[in-house]
Amino acid sequence: MSLHRVLALAEKEWKRTVREPAVLFMIILFPVMMTLAFGASFGATAGSQPATFTVAAVDLSGANSSASTQFMQALGATGVVKVHSYQSNGTAQSALSQGQVQAVLVIPPSFDTSVQSYLVHPSQPGMWVNSTLPLYLDKASLVSAQLLPSVVRNVLTSSVLGIKQDAALSPVGLSDPSMVEVTSQTVFDTFVPGLFAFASIFLIMMVGQSFTGDRESGMLRRVLTTPTSASEIMTAQVLSYLLIGAVQALLVLGTAYALGYRPDTGAPGVVLGLLIAVVFSVCNVGFGLIAATLARSAGGATGISFIFLLPQMFLGTYVGMALSGSAQAAGRFVPSFYVTDALNSLFTRGADITSTTVITDLAVVTASSFFILAAGILLFRKFGRV
Amino acid sequence: MQRETASSAITIDGLTKDFGDVRAVDGLTLDIPEGEIFGLLGPNGSGKTTTISCLTGLIQPTGGTAKVCGSDAWSERSEARKVLGVCPQETALYQYLTAEENVAIFAELCSVPKVERSRRVDYVLEKVGLSENADRRVAKFSGGMKRRVSIAMALVHDPKIVFLDEPTVGMDPQSRRAVWDFVMELKDRGKTVLLTTHHMEEAEELCDRVGVIDHGKLIELGSPADLKSKHQARDLEDVFITLTGRKIREEA
Repeated sequence: MSLHRVLALAEKEWKRTVREPAVLFMIILFPVMMTLAFGASFGATAGSQPATFTVAAVDLSGANSSASTQFMQALGATGVVKVHSYQSNGTAQSALSQGQVQAVLVIPPSFDTSVQSYLVHPSQPGMWVNSTLPLYLDKASLVSAQLLPSVVRNVLTSSVLGIKQDAALSPVGLSDPSMVEVTSQTVFDTFVPGLFAFASIFLIMMVGQSFTGDRESGMLRRVLTTPTSASEIMTAQVLSYLLIGAVQALLVLGTAYALGYRPDTGAPGVVLGLLIAVVFSVCNVGFGLIAATLARSAGGATGISFIFLLPQMFLGTYVGMALSGSAQAAGRFVPSFYVTDALNSLFTRGADITSTTVITDLAVVTASSFFILAAGILLFRKFGRV
Repeated sequence: MQRETASSAITIDGLTKDFGDVRAVDGLTLDIPEGEIFGLLGPNGSGKTTTISCLTGLIQPTGGTAKVCGSDAWSERSEARKVLGVCPQETALYQYLTAEENVAIFAELCSVPKVERSRRVDYVLEKVGLSENADRRVAKFSGGMKRRVSIAMALVHDPKIVFLDEPTVGMDPQSRRAVWDFVMELKDRGKTVLLTTHHMEEAEELCDRVGVIDHGKLIELGSPADLKSKHQARDLEDVFITLTGRKIREEA
């Protein structure tokens, strides 16, 4: 393989990106305009709520505490909350930072005593043993953050203590909701991780158009009459779109930053997040090649691109926040889901770069991207009518 | 069996290519020595472009062999392509690049050394009369100008063998004459040229020998003068019509 030839072809593709207005818009200007539009426009709702929220319960009151058992069962009976028991606050917090649960509820050792003191002396506050239940919320999910405190409070007072909604006093209070290392957050902040994948998936269309255009014009055949190999052509395409993917990711981050967005992670987290977004562009080159294989013209490639583009857009980017539980489950079959999930964990929840979720997401994005690229190359070479 | 001489540039021996049930090239045998301008003539769909595709290693022959400077065009295509310059039938250019950039990228793809690249690009653009338009994007060029860029791309690496597939389509007489002069200059420099054309006067003007191909088979071979004499024809077009008939052919 000749590096000279690969770089020459990659440079050619880069010039195409910069010189053709439609391509320039889709690849470079679109991410900036999209981020600006979202940043300027969104401040309202984060979308409709999912069917259930998972709460990590850390029961420090003892295994046989009847009050805590009753509390958990009552929470589960609401149909809104699924309770998962955790042994320690540390493991529960780790799950929260990786998006595996939407809240962490800690039941203190004095919980059973507090409940019993109230039930024995309901009208004598002086006899109560007070305790506080810490509740930590997922800041990447505004809906759960808004809903869960009231659900937990209602269950606690009505089902466990038997207190009416309007009762003023009780021996057990819920602490102010505490998001993990959160001081403030906007709706735009929850959108930003999805924008990286959203911008990148339009590469599918560009790659599809590029290959069908070169095939229609005879350029692919012509290049193949030189000593250039098919592998060199493919490598050049992947290289050029990796570069474009990197530029897109930087543009989204830079524009969001200019609008006040601050990822809740350090430099290594930002670099890893950008790396995941760039790796994802390999996946889109693969889908673009499949679109070019199926299409007979550049216009056809544009249409066919949407077969691959729409599921990734609706199931795997910020759009997915507004979808039903089943649609969100379906999202696990599209690579963009894992890009958004990883960036949510890194940028929004502040997960460590070595956390299980981030590493798993990176592995899934990398493996699926290179698998789809290999499939695209094989299909195009076999059925691409070059 | 085709005898491969020491000075053979192109050797085709029993070349056959099937596309499903259709036999596009049928046992073609031909030897083109170095330094010759050879015209491959034939009606639409006769097998000319398929033969060139086999010679450039774009498609695998069903049977027989095609060699370029001794290298098998299919199994040793990376070697064979080093000595080839191909100007295809369609005007294949990167529309978003300038004329100079189009030629320069082919110089790089054909491994022209960096120190020579600029000089070679300038030389071929000057030869096809495009020096003054070198920095304009080819999308804005006329059809004839695009054909000339295409020819320059095929010749920038100074190949030993040049395939020109209908090189002067869409050109005005001045441009066509300039290309003809350039082709003759190639011959003077010892290059081998395989030319396909539907303009019989072009073949008569340029070619040392022509081969007429129809239904994938070589049906006549010789110099334009010999063929005119043999068929007692006024010009090469009469020879062509005599051999291939008057029925209009469609591309497959």
